[in-house]
Amino acid sequence: MKILAYIEQRGGELKKNAFETVTAARTLAAQTGGSFSALLVGHNVAGLAERLAQYGAADVIVVDDARLEQYASRAVATAIAAVAAAEGSSVVLISNTSHGKDLAPRVAIKLEAGLAPDTVALAVQDGRIVATRPVYAGKARVDVAVSTPVQVYSLRPNVFTASAAEASASVRTANVGFGPKDFDARVVETMVNTGKRDVAEADVIVSGGRGFKGPENFYLVENLAEALGGAVGASRAVVDAGWRPHSEQVGQTGKTVSPSLYVACAISGAVQHLAGMSSSKFIVAINKDKDAPIFSVADYGIIGDVFDVVPLMTQEVNALHGR
Amino acid sequence: MNIVVCISQTPDTATKVAVGADGRNIDAKGVKFVLNPYDEFAVEEGLQLRAAHGGEVTLVCVGGDGAKEAIRLGIAMGADKAVLVKDEERADSFRVVSGIADVVRAAGPDIILLGRQSIDYDSAQVGPMLAEMLDMPCVSFVTRLEINGSAVRAERDIEGGKEVVETSLPCVITAQKGLNEPRYPKLPDIMKAKAKPIAEVAASSVAARVETLAMRKPAEKTGGRIFEFSPENVKELVRLLHEEAKVI
Repeated sequence: MKILAYIEQRGGELKKNAFETVTAARTLAAQTGGSFSALLVGHNVAGLAERLAQYGAADVIVVDDARLEQYASRAVATAIAAVAAAEGSSVVLISNTSHGKDLAPRVAIKLEAGLAPDTVALAVQDGRIVATRPVYAGKARVDVAVSTPVQVYSLRPNVFTASAAEASASVRTANVGFGPKDFDARVVETMVNTGKRDVAEADVIVSGGRGFKGPENFYLVENLAEALGGAVGASRAVVDAGWRPHSEQVGQTGKTVSPSLYVACAISGAVQHLAGMSSSKFIVAINKDKDAPIFSVADYGIIGDVFDVVPLMTQEVNALHGR
Repeated sequence: MNIVVCISQTPDTATKVAVGADGRNIDAKGVKFVLNPYDEFAVEEGLQLRAAHGGEVTLVCVGGDGAKEAIRLGIAMGADKAVLVKDEERADSFRVVSGIADVVRAAGPDIILLGRQSIDYDSAQVGPMLAEMLDMPCVSFVTRLEINGSAVRAERDIEGGKEVVETSLPCVITAQKGLNEPRYPKLPDIMKAKAKPIAEVAASSVAARVETLAMRKPAEKTGGRIFEFSPENVKELVRLLHEEAKVI
């Protein structure tokens, strides 16, 4: 089995999902007795191959085109599909990021492949790959099998472990013939929320609910998040009330998150909220209502008013870190 | 402007999911089905585009007879007409897209709008797959959309920020929360929508490419340690997170 791992880079930078994807490809190759190649698409990105080699990528394919200085999803999808076809890859792995979500469906159509999206585990059973993915925002999980000869899997970021394995990378260049339509949608500007951690990527999240009584009291959530080195999240009620931006909403119509630590402050735990965060590794609930559903998914909890608990907890965390 | 909005019907967000007797789907008994929440933003955007540029809004939906409820809500919001692709099968995105591609193509749209994903299978595949089949550009997770002539400028959510994409009509746009404030249909419009005809076409004959083997509920947590508030217990909590959970 030949596996192609598409490695996402943005502006020549790799994020954790790149190493997760390499590791997943390496693991799958070992399980199936197959081989894997890593694919970089962009302009002047071949230098990243060395970093991939630290995770076991011995064969790195590079598609270089000056027009890809500006990200264009159709061109990248064309490149992935062209390389997969030329290499005879039967499995293509793509990280399910905001870019991956556009790429994987296009690549699947181009390769006449089935796509298992947003997978959290890949296993080999009786010689075929069984992918596990959350559905209904995590209220249930399904095992799925792709029935086409070529298969595409997108991997949920932050879930697959990245583990180092030394290899020396040989870098190959692949030529792809792009058409004019490949560049008909281009990213012309990227705006980064400076100084803010994103809930979708954070390893620690502190979320606040209506119990904070108003946006002016959210500094308490921000301070605890800062002390823990985490991101600020919010309940749907808080976002709908306009206290916090939608980018911070955790839940079924916001972001589904699985950090190592999730601290829910004054969040009662509506079904749609639990769906978005219950796969977190450790959950701390702080709520004055002892019957709040959030306590049923919590590993640790404090029954109390957030105005008492949160500042004290912030102080204790800072004390622990000698601040 | 010829506007097509692809919609779906999903369980309400308050639904507690139970696995059905077949072990592969949810038990639909007692579940309240609604218009997929993200599709409300897509329908609203279609109506606002119609108000600005003229034209008509056509809804396209895949599903069984039950899905007509979601379609009627879209009509009550203001859509002009609707097509239901009759498919009772719980299919993968490929089959869904194959079912609607011909209907959408035949409509000759200037723009195709969808919710960013259906909140049942959360796949977020239909928009980009449809765009690929129709050979069109696609911008997904859009929170702001500007159209001047045939030029399109769309802002989309990415990790830790936003991205601005420039493209042109015809194109596919998937709507993220924040794009607009969907209107509530008025009661008389809800009543009128009941009488509107919904065109029906047969399901696609293509086979699904992804098979669901089994569905299960995630393991429930037990044995959480819950303390009453006291300064000592807050200190203890922080100690446990540090020494036992080792997450801080």
